[in-house]
Amino acid sequence: MRYLRYLIPLGAFLVLTGFLFRGLWMDPHQVPSPLIDKPAPQFRLTQVADPAKSLSRDQMLGQVWLLNVWASWCVSCREEHPVLVEFAKSGIVPIYGLDYKDTRDEALKWLDRLGNPYQASLFDADGRVGIDYGVYGVPETYVIDKSGTIRYKQIGPITPEILNEKIVPLVKKLNA
Amino acid sequence: MIPELGNFALMVALAVALVQGMLPIVGAARGNEAWMGLARPAARAVFVLVLLAAGCLVASFVRDDFSVLYVATNSTRALPLRYKVAAFWGGHEGSMLLWLLILSFWMFAVSVFSRHLPQSMVARILGVMGLIAVGFLLFILLTSNPFDRLIPAAEDGRDLNPLLQDPGMVAHPPMLYMGYVGFSVAFAFAIAALLGGNLDATWARWSRPWTTVAWSFLTLGICLGSAWAYWTLGWGGWWFWDPVENASFMPWLAGTALMHSLAVTEKRGGFKVWTVLLAIFAFSLSLLGTFLVRSGVLTSVHAFANDPRRGVFILLFLSLVIGGSLALYAWRAPKVGLGERFELISRETMLLTNNVLFLAAAGAVLLGTLYPLFLDSLGLDKLSVGPPYFNFVFPLLMAPALFLMGIGPLARWKQANLPEIAVRLKWAFGVSLVTALLLPLALGHWSWLAAAGLWLALWIYAATAVNLWSRLRPLAGTGLLARFRSLPLGYLGMLTAHVGVATFIVGVTLVKTYEAEKDVQMDIGDTVTVGPYTLQFGGVSNGSRENYLFSKGAFQVTRNGQIVETMYAEKRQFVSQAEPSTVAAIDLVRDLYISLGEAAGSNTSAWIVRVYYKPFVHWVWGGCLVMALGGVLALSDRRYRLTRRAGQEALDGTLAGTVPA
Amino acid sequence: MLSRLLGALLLLALLTAGAREAAPLGEDPALEHRMMVLAEELRCLVCQNQTLADSHADLAADLRQEILELMKKGQSDEQIKRYLVARYGDFVLYRPPLKAATWLLWFGPGVLLVGGLAALYLVLLRRRRLAAAEPLSAEQEQRALELLSGDEGQLS
Repeated sequence: MRYLRYLIPLGAFLVLTGFLFRGLWMDPHQVPSPLIDKPAPQFRLTQVADPAKSLSRDQMLGQVWLLNVWASWCVSCREEHPVLVEFAKSGIVPIYGLDYKDTRDEALKWLDRLGNPYQASLFDADGRVGIDYGVYGVPETYVIDKSGTIRYKQIGPITPEILNEKIVPLVKKLNA
Repeated sequence: MIPELGNFALMVALAVALVQGMLPIVGAARGNEAWMGLARPAARAVFVLVLLAAGCLVASFVRDDFSVLYVATNSTRALPLRYKVAAFWGGHEGSMLLWLLILSFWMFAVSVFSRHLPQSMVARILGVMGLIAVGFLLFILLTSNPFDRLIPAAEDGRDLNPLLQDPGMVAHPPMLYMGYVGFSVAFAFAIAALLGGNLDATWARWSRPWTTVAWSFLTLGICLGSAWAYWTLGWGGWWFWDPVENASFMPWLAGTALMHSLAVTEKRGGFKVWTVLLAIFAFSLSLLGTFLVRSGVLTSVHAFANDPRRGVFILLFLSLVIGGSLALYAWRAPKVGLGERFELISRETMLLTNNVLFLAAAGAVLLGTLYPLFLDSLGLDKLSVGPPYFNFVFPLLMAPALFLMGIGPLARWKQANLPEIAVRLKWAFGVSLVTALLLPLALGHWSWLAAAGLWLALWIYAATAVNLWSRLRPLAGTGLLARFRSLPLGYLGMLTAHVGVATFIVGVTLVKTYEAEKDVQMDIGDTVTVGPYTLQFGGVSNGSRENYLFSKGAFQVTRNGQIVETMYAEKRQFVSQAEPSTVAAIDLVRDLYISLGEAAGSNTSAWIVRVYYKPFVHWVWGGCLVMALGGVLALSDRRYRLTRRAGQEALDGTLAGTVPA
Repeated sequence: MLSRLLGALLLLALLTAGAREAAPLGEDPALEHRMMVLAEELRCLVCQNQTLADSHADLAADLRQEILELMKKGQSDEQIKRYLVARYGDFVLYRPPLKAATWLLWFGPGVLLVGGLAALYLVLLRRRRLAAAEPLSAEQEQRALELLSGDEGQLS
């Protein structure tokens, strides 16, 4: 039985290897949101297209909606935009944009060129609302339910797979 | 042509390494002299072949051969020659070839400096190293080949990362690799001993110089890395507990424990099995570090680009080598007998306590580095472990070791007399304590941390002095210098290394307590005062060098009204990069650090400047250099320079007295 | 050569210009300093392992500004940390909070140390017991006597 303790280093090493192996497929850089299942932070922002009109979070209560954080200077946003434009046509869920640290001119030009899937786009010039939502990289998308609670956060561009596997089923469930 | 030659050389090296890895070990088990005799020539052949491959890669860089993908990604026509050569290890593939080159260099060194070892032992040692080389050769040839072609060839390369275009890049990686790859020799000795069953004091004596030299290189390599970060990053930091830094520090900690444990095994034949395990740990940590840095498993500023496929390969290799050696340990170790007896209070016990402390420290660093990964893989949470954690845990673990450093060298083997040691050290204790309590007041302001750090450092200085004096005093007659010269180098090396540690502690303690920083906007003629110095900004001049544009700021330094010197800080804009980089103005003697920020605006000649006063910061690296010097002294000890005949005698004695069981 | 000429010219310029104390950045250097000290403990979310204090990234600059504003409003360091954790999770702290998931992290090193020292002590006791239980065989005793009486012998 005293031989067992000579196996301890080997045993510990095998456990370590297990974790390292698991780690190869994870992204150490992805920051999950602590806001899941918490109320969406309040905001009151003007719209990109019309500075006179504003939208607040409370006005969004009562419906399930998507908040997509984007910017005209963001390269990855260009990748996901066609997917969003297509998705918006289906009408499954309204999409609102959060134009993060952008200029109105550039933003409108970008939407003109690439299409506008948003019911409205909110203008977050200094990124404050972004900080409140824990935005750290654009694009990011939130699924918010009728009570104004964040139910899901997508970090990075939305792909058709993510739409089909995660977002659409969730929206359907929240709408039921 | 040349890249193909290099690639071919690697393939031939793989074939030879396979022979080197397999036949001699089998030969040693069966007593087959012919097969055992293959070890040395094979090792030398592998070294020559890998050297040839490395030469081909360097040649490709120097010739601006952008048809080689690795050259195209890491170099550019305008790159200065010395950086074209250093670019060899600037990216993942090349640095793997550097690893292999240094491994084969150590194999070559072992093949040359092993005449006094029994043939079966040499066969096993080189066999093990050959197997490791096989793993790296396969990795390079299958997943990370620096000779891969780029078709069609690029017109010009993407340039070496500007942060790497620095003298630090030329020196740091080779030194670092010499160190942590060097632990493969101690590892191979340990495996050979387990395989052959002859674990005794002679084995420890043979292992020791190889371990010490690797340790010295590693100390130097880490020191260079830290100094390089200091002068290149622009914010005056020199250690960040970044995963890649930790990856080199953990083998250092285990290596330090190993050196001390080898002392017990060599002098007293004790704890052989434990020393073998430590040797396996030290090299395992080196391999683990290699994995962590390249697999994408952890985030780091220093990490190479990630690729899970490469990560899987290295992890598999790691499992085979480490798992295999630990399994061998579990099988063979229980059969080894005990060494000589020693009491609970003895030098042996103190050295073993050193081991526990250093391993606990290495364990803590490993824990902190891997904890985020550990929690994330269990789906529990995502958190960060950074300097606040390490700066809290590490000094706490090391403090007892530092205290012991004063007592240990005075303790006798087998049975130490604590009351006697206490008497001898009472003045050292008192003086260091009082000085440490008063010194902070003289340096600026009182701080508990400063007092504690100073006390430990002064304690080590004082106890070392007591030790040296008590060794010198009884030596009859001759002058002080002659008596000094008669002391064994191993002993002087130990004292020097301990003094180096104390110096390092002084540097760290004082810099952290008394550093001052000012972030200011300076127009021409403006002054800023930091510490005892006043700096006056003289404006910025612009120019260009080989592959970058620069803005050079001039600062005149005065102290007490006397002009001391002019310091120049630069902002460099490399043609190939979007972000500019900084070259700080550093005066190591006066501990000043000036970093040029940005121009304050287009309508003013003012610049944003960051000025630091970092007292005693050069003691940090000075201490490391003295530590490394201690290592070099220790391994120059006469008893390692065995003549062939003496070696033969030792060998006969060993074989007669060995019972492999 | 050129730089020396420049140096001389600059010296001339300095001697003629009136020396002025450099303007500190920002209106309140003490608050700036407090913000930077806090930022040293926080992680830049978009960088490859850098503190919020050292990062040049946009988000880092935004967050430093945010911290400054919160400090001006009178919030304590703890409150500001909680503010950031509420938005970004514990990831943003370089000093992991003490909670069930981090017990192993914070107590581990201490456990390792105490455990290691205890193991050492037990092993030493065991060795002493074992060695005491092994008397010399007749052959070994004979050899011991020979060695003690004769020359020292060439043992390495």
